[in-house]
Amino acid sequence: MPSLSYLVARLLQIIPTFLLVMIFIFLLVRLLPGDPAIAMAEAKATDAQLEQIRHNLGLDQPLPVQFLVFVKNTLTGDLGRSIMLKAPVTEIILDRLPTTIFLALYSIVLAVFLAGPLAFLAASRVNSSVDVAIRGVFQVGLSMPVFYIGLLLLTVLAAQLRWFPVGGYGKTFLANLYHLILPALSVALYTSAIILRNLRASLIEVLDADYVQFARAKGLSPRIIMTRHVLRNAMVSTVTLLGLSIGNLMSGTLVTETVFAIPGVGRLMLEAIFARDYPLIQGLTLTFAVLVSVVFLLTDVVQSWLDPRLRQS
Amino acid sequence: MRVQKKTVVLDVRHLRTEFGTQERPLVAVDDVSFQVAEGEILGLVGESGSGKSITLRSILGIIRPRGRVAGEILWNGQDLVPLDEARLRRIRGREIAMIFQEPMSSLNPLLTVGLQISENLVAHTDLDARARKARAIELLDLVGIPAARSRLDDFPHEFSGGMRQRVMIAIALASNPKLLLADEPTTALDVTIQDQILRLIQSLSRDLGMAVILVTHDMGVVAETCDRVAVMYGGRLCEIGTTTEVIADARHPYSLGLLRSIPRDVAPRTPLYSIPGAPPALNALPPGCAFSARCPVAGGDCADVRPRLQGAGALRQVACHHLQDALAHFGPREAAQ
Amino acid sequence: MTVLTQSHARTRGRLQTFLVRAFTRPSFVVGIAILGLSLALALFPQVFAPYDPLAFDLQAIQQGPSLAHPFGSDNFGRDVLSRVIWAYRVDMQMAFFATIFALLIGLAVGAFVGYYGGIADAIFGRCVDAIITFPFLVLVIAIVAVLGPGLINMYVAITAVNWVYYARLTRAEIMAQKANDYAAAGRVLGYSDRRIIFRHLLPNAISPILVYWMTDMALAILLGSSLGYLGLGAQPPAAEWGVLIAEGRNFLLTAWWMSLMPGIAIVLTGLGFSLVGDALADLLRPKGR
Repeated sequence: MPSLSYLVARLLQIIPTFLLVMIFIFLLVRLLPGDPAIAMAEAKATDAQLEQIRHNLGLDQPLPVQFLVFVKNTLTGDLGRSIMLKAPVTEIILDRLPTTIFLALYSIVLAVFLAGPLAFLAASRVNSSVDVAIRGVFQVGLSMPVFYIGLLLLTVLAAQLRWFPVGGYGKTFLANLYHLILPALSVALYTSAIILRNLRASLIEVLDADYVQFARAKGLSPRIIMTRHVLRNAMVSTVTLLGLSIGNLMSGTLVTETVFAIPGVGRLMLEAIFARDYPLIQGLTLTFAVLVSVVFLLTDVVQSWLDPRLRQS
Repeated sequence: MRVQKKTVVLDVRHLRTEFGTQERPLVAVDDVSFQVAEGEILGLVGESGSGKSITLRSILGIIRPRGRVAGEILWNGQDLVPLDEARLRRIRGREIAMIFQEPMSSLNPLLTVGLQISENLVAHTDLDARARKARAIELLDLVGIPAARSRLDDFPHEFSGGMRQRVMIAIALASNPKLLLADEPTTALDVTIQDQILRLIQSLSRDLGMAVILVTHDMGVVAETCDRVAVMYGGRLCEIGTTTEVIADARHPYSLGLLRSIPRDVAPRTPLYSIPGAPPALNALPPGCAFSARCPVAGGDCADVRPRLQGAGALRQVACHHLQDALAHFGPREAAQ
Repeated sequence: MTVLTQSHARTRGRLQTFLVRAFTRPSFVVGIAILGLSLALALFPQVFAPYDPLAFDLQAIQQGPSLAHPFGSDNFGRDVLSRVIWAYRVDMQMAFFATIFALLIGLAVGAFVGYYGGIADAIFGRCVDAIITFPFLVLVIAIVAVLGPGLINMYVAITAVNWVYYARLTRAEIMAQKANDYAAAGRVLGYSDRRIIFRHLLPNAISPILVYWMTDMALAILLGSSLGYLGLGAQPPAAEWGVLIAEGRNFLLTAWWMSLMPGIAIVLTGLGFSLVGDALADLLRPKGR
C-alpha cells in the first residue's frame, strides 16, 4: 500500500488547485448576465427591497470580500439557496447526486465488462480479422455522440421492442439497475471504445515484454502468467486512463440524464443554466469539480498500489 | 579431454526455426547441431541477428506460437520438439532454466523479488510457504546478494543492474536446473559487474554440476568463461570446438575476423580490425555460405554451395570451402601485428 | 552540423515517400475520401442538396424515405437530406473553428512555458490542474451560459477550455525536443530563442500535435452537435446535425428518419477524422517498435 506520507502529500497538492477552481467558479458566476437580486425578488419588489436582497447576498461588498465569504460558506457546506427550486443548494445537490454517481459507476462497470474481454481477444490475435472487426466497431463507437447512442437505444430497445423502460428510475438497487441500463449503456459504449483502444495497445506491449517471456521460461502456468504478469501490468495504464476520463464520463452522464429524463445533477445543471439560477450553477460546478478531484485522487492511490515504482516521493 | 568423459545432456540435431508464412518463411536458425555435456559451459557466439538467441528460445519452446521449430532437441534422450505446452512446462524452469539479456526489463516491475522467486518454487516443487521463503533467502545468498533476508520484499527497481542480474539468476536456479540458458547475461552491465556475473555463472556451473549455454557476441567473454564455443553466422554454425583451440587457432574466416576485432597484444594506436559489411538480413541469405558476401577469401562457389561442418582435428568442426586460403589470408597479417 | 540540419530536413523526397506510405493504407484512403466528400458538401451544399433546406412543403409532411425524399421529410415537409447536406457547412465549420484557435493559443503558450520553464511553467501547471478538474462539457456549458447560446459563443467557450489540452501537449513535446543535442547546439551557436523555438523545436515537436488536432476535430463535432442538441449551440432553424436530431426527438416512433439520418452524418464525419488521425499517428510514430 502507498505510504501515509504519500497520501498526505497528494492531498496537500489539491489545495492550490482547488483555490483556483473556486476562483474560476466565483468569477464565472459573477460574469453571468442578469441581476441575481431581480431574479430572486418578487415581480413587484421595490428598489429598497432589491437593495435588501443584495445586502443579504453580500453583493454590495467588494469582490475579494465576496470571494472570502464564498470560500467560508462553501467550507461550512453552505452553497446558498436555489432561485428556481427555492431550497438550499446543498440539500438539492445531495438529493440528486446519488443517482448520478450510481449512473456513472454503472457505466464504468458496463464499459469494463464490454471492453476488457474484447481487448483481450483483439490483442491475442493482432491484425487478424477478429481484431480488425473489433477495432472497426469501436472506432465507429468513438464517433457516436452519447445523445445519439441514447436516442437509438431508446427508440429500438425501449420504445419498439419494449425490453427496457423508456426513462425514469427505480426505488431499489435492482430496480435502478433495470431502469438505468439504457442510459448507462449509452455512456458505456463511448467509454468502452476508449478503454478498448488503450487496453489492446498495452496488452500487446505487455504480452511481448521480456518479463512475460521470462515468466514463460520459468515454466509458469498460462493462468498465472495471464493474471499475475500480463493483466496486472496492462491494467496500470488502463486505470490511469479510466481515472483521467472521469471528466468525459461526467459529461456523458450529463447528456444521458437529459436524454432519458433522469433526475441527477447533470440534468439539474442544464435546468439551472436555462433558469439562470446562479447559486445552483455555482454549487453544481463545484460539485463536479469535487467529484473529478476525488476520482483523480483515487486513481493515484490505486496506481501507486499497483505500481511500486510510483510509491516514492 | 575432460569434457568428453561426461555424459551429454543436451543433443541438438538439425535444429531449424522459422517465422512468417509457410510459403515464404524467414529462417532464423538453419540446420544447427551441437551437444552440451553435464557441467560444461558452451559459448554460442555471433553478431546480433545471427540466430543465437532464437536457438536458445527454440530449446525451451518459447518462440511458439509464432515461430516453427523442426529437427530434434534431445534432452537426456527425450525429444522436446514434439512436446505439447503442458509437458514442456514441466521441463521449463525445472530442468532447463533461462536468463535474459536485460535485467531491467526481464523482472516484473510490479512484483516483489521474493514472489518472483517463490512462484517458480510453487510451479516446480512441493515446498510450503515457509520452506519457499527459506529457499528464496538461500538462493539470494547463493548468488551473492548481501542481506538476502531483508531484500525479499523489495521490488526490482530497488536493485542495481548487476544485482538484478543476480536476482534473475537466483530465480532461474530456484528448482536446481540441470541446464542454464544464458542469453547475453552481461551485455547490459558495466565491465566490472560483467566479470562478477561471469565468475558467478562459472562457479555455479562447477559447484552444481549444471551445464550452461552462454550466448554472447563477445569473444572475450567466451575466452574467459567457456569450455567450448560454437560460432554462428546467419542462422548457421560455422565453427565449433574447444575454447582454447578456437581462440588460439581459429579456422573459419568469420571466427578469424571476430578474433581479429578483439584488441590483443597490439601496439598502441593500431586501428581495430572490423569485418567489412553488415550481417545479412534473414530474407536475403544466399543458398550457399551465409558469410560469403563479407568473406575475404570467398570463391565463386561459396554463394551457391552450402559448406558442411567437417572435422578439423579431434574435437573441432568447421564449415568452409576455403580453409587453406583463410589461414593464408589471416595468418601473415596476424604475424605482422 | 549534422545535428542541426536534422531539424529542418523535411525534403520533398521524404514528403513523397510519406504520401506513398500513407496512401497505401486502406484506413487512410477511406478517411481521406470521407473528409474530401464532407468538405465538398460543406463548400457547395447548393450543388448537392436537391431541395431548399428551409422550404416548407405542407403536402409532404413527415414522409418516410422515398425516391423523392431519400432521407424522408420532417414535420414541416422540409427535405431531411437537404438539411443534412446543408448542415455539413455548419458542422465542418465547427470542427475547424472550435479547434483552430485552441491549437494556435496552445502552441504559443505550450512552447513558451515548455522552453522557459520557471514560474510561468509552475503557474501554467496549476491552471491546467484546475481546468481539467472540471468535466469538459460542464465548463463549456457554464461559459455558454455566461455568453448566451449560439455558434460564435460556443466557439469561444470551447476554445477557452480546449487550448489547455494543446498547450499541455506542446509543452511536453517542446521539453522532450529541448533535451536533444541539436537544441543545445543551437544555444551554443548563439541562435536567438525565437529562432531555436520556431525553426528547430516546433517543427520537430509539431507532428503529434497535428495528429491530436485531427482527432480533436472529430471530438469538436461530437461536442458541437451535443451542444446543438441541448439547445446551447447552433440555433434552429439553422441546419446543424445536433439540432436536427433534437427536432426529430419527439417523433422517434413516427418519423425515425428525422433523427437517424443526421446522426449517420455525424458518425461518418467523425470516423473520417479519426481514421486519418490514427493513420497519421501510426505513420509519424518514431521507428523502432
